Amino acid sequence: MKLIKLALATAITVTVASSAVAGPVLDKIKQKGFIQCGVSQGLPGFSNPSEDGTWSGLDVDFCRTVAAAIFGDASKVKYTPLSAKERFTALQSGEIDVLSRNTTWTETRDTSLGLNFTATTYYDGQGFMVRKDLGVKSALELNGASVCTNQGTTTELNMADYFRKNGMTYEPVVFEKADEVVAAYDAGRCDVYTTDKSGLAAQRTKLKKPTDHMVLPETISKEPLGPVVAQGDDELFDIVKWSIYATIEAEEMGLNSGNIAKILTNPSANPDQLRFVGKEGQLGQNLGLDAKWAYNIIREVGNYGEIFDRNIGPLELPRGINNLWSNGGIMYSPPLR
Amino acid sequence: MSAQIDSSRPAKPPAWRDPNVTAMFFQVLVLSLVLYVIYTLINNTMMNLAARGIASGFDFLSTSSGFSISETLIEYDESSSYGRVFWVGLMNTLLVSFLGIMLATVLGFIMGVARLSSNWIVAKIAMIYVDTLRNIPLLLQLFFWYFAVLRPLPKPKAAIDWFDSIFLSNRGLYMPKPIFESGFGLIWAALIVAIIGIFFMRRWAKKRQEKTGEQFPVLLTSLGIIIGMPLLAAIITGFPMSWDFPELKGFNFKGGMVLTPEFCSLLFALSIYTSSFIAEIVRSGIMAVNKGQTEAAYALGLRPNLTTRLIIIPQALRVIIPPLTSQYLNLTKNSSLAAAIAYPDLVAVFAGTTLNQTGQAVEIMAMTLSVYLGLSLLISTLMNWYNARMALVER
Repeated sequence: MKLIKLALATAITVTVASSAVAGPVLDKIKQKGFIQCGVSQGLPGFSNPSEDGTWSGLDVDFCRTVAAAIFGDASKVKYTPLSAKERFTALQSGEIDVLSRNTTWTETRDTSLGLNFTATTYYDGQGFMVRKDLGVKSALELNGASVCTNQGTTTELNMADYFRKNGMTYEPVVFEKADEVVAAYDAGRCDVYTTDKSGLAAQRTKLKKPTDHMVLPETISKEPLGPVVAQGDDELFDIVKWSIYATIEAEEMGLNSGNIAKILTNPSANPDQLRFVGKEGQLGQNLGLDAKWAYNIIREVGNYGEIFDRNIGPLELPRGINNLWSNGGIMYSPPLR
Repeated sequence: MSAQIDSSRPAKPPAWRDPNVTAMFFQVLVLSLVLYVIYTLINNTMMNLAARGIASGFDFLSTSSGFSISETLIEYDESSSYGRVFWVGLMNTLLVSFLGIMLATVLGFIMGVARLSSNWIVAKIAMIYVDTLRNIPLLLQLFFWYFAVLRPLPKPKAAIDWFDSIFLSNRGLYMPKPIFESGFGLIWAALIVAIIGIFFMRRWAKKRQEKTGEQFPVLLTSLGIIIGMPLLAAIITGFPMSWDFPELKGFNFKGGMVLTPEFCSLLFALSIYTSSFIAEIVRSGIMAVNKGQTEAAYALGLRPNLTTRLIIIPQALRVIIPPLTSQYLNLTKNSSLAAAIAYPDLVAVFAGTTLNQTGQAVEIMAMTLSVYLGLSLLISTLMNWYNARMALVER
């Protein structure tokens, strides 16, 4: 058995071996002067390339947040578009430093894949989209339907669970790329398109006649999405995690990209705010970063609310549970002190 | 006497100048170097996997998969194991490869022969076929077939139907499925007896022709036997078979057999693409047979039809078979593009979904690679055996 295992291990040895020598990921990032960020191959609102090749979206903005924290410059990011199937291997093998690609935090992934989930940047849930003329009003009426989805995601498992739980059957039609799912659904190959509700809203914009389609009310799963780093670099893990929290904390304190500069020159600002911009305390030093790390994040990228409105706003998705805890949502940052 | 001969030979050189010994030495040296590199690579991988906290081993194969697969040749549901997923994927790969090879060979031979036709139109059509299909990437053809097949087809509720038993919609082609009832075994037995009978009849007919020169209508008799015997058995047992008709229920058809758009377009794309290469191989094979062979056959009074079948093709096959083997290998490996159009082959369900759910990249990729290696070796072994049989036998 051991011999077989050894023999089989050769396949991806070369990539793993070469990256293992490099040492902590953070050192490598500082040395090369940018972070390599894994993103989706194109999902409006989360990570989408524009015609001139610049990336934008919620997931992209959190890559920029980390770059702003480490380098004081949000533009020091390079992007690697990855399919759902490729993403973890890319992170494990060191091809990318941070995976910020609408990836669901699950126990199995967190424990057995050598990954660390940093924090949740978007609380999502899986939903179903159908043609309006099908006359379906609830997901419970989908018995016997053909369902199109993406390969290798939690979506496939949730869907199987949901149909089993409700005693319904279905026919899965599973594609490797999201674009092919959209095309097949549009061509009528399946009755239903399922993925995270944010994804449905984004993909709906790519359909021939978006208004002919509707998202059913049921949300069948919890999909906390957020950036992932490889296990074994605690410093980077801390930096990514606290960069995300800094954006949430800033929104709670009422700091945004427009007004944060004033705090630096305002000696009578409250102590939380002074700590946040690095005038007091040593938050930055603790992370091994510049004292103005959080200031840089907000100045360059903005607070969580700004990031959300900029990227998710155009999809016309309500803020919902992604609102601050103080506004009825569940976005909550541990204290920055 | 013998001592004299011995002394005339040159003296045996010392070991380090003996070409046999040095050759052996370097071969052993290179082999041990290669083995050492492999050992280091494997060792390194295992250590790195452990250091990164990535689980390894084959335990995942027995855990339940939790996802569903649309087309399976063997029993499968969400509670089946990942090991089962592997077999489901492998079966689907084998099915589409096998049928693809058959179809590509037939199409390729027809097109290859057509290119050499004396009929100008036929030859040009074959030339356009080959030149067009050979130069368009397979993935594009796959998408073309998939979406070209899907778009014009109606929704299930408006399906095109024939005799209320065959339905064509964008979910696939639904046909009645035969259900074998008890007593059907006798029909199978009759079929097997018929095949054995034909085998002996052919041998007898060939012997008789060699002895007396008289021909026996082998093809017609064979057809008669292979249809007649099972039919007789069916009449005796009273047709122990019923049909499961597809029916529109809710969103889609239920029951019957189905050919899905995914399967059809993958099969079409693979066989049509490969057939354009096979056509060129067949053409070159036929052109490699000396024209004198045809002329000699005509001089003996053989008709063109028989000349092609008995003189040209057997000689052309010697040239055709080796490159044909590579096309079969290509087709089998190209079937892995299935994931792009949702056909659940090995790469899609095992190296795709399973890999993503378990994260066991090293194990899963190694298993998948071994399957393709195994299939390739199997195909080339079979084809080499066939080639050896077809090779020129010197008498």
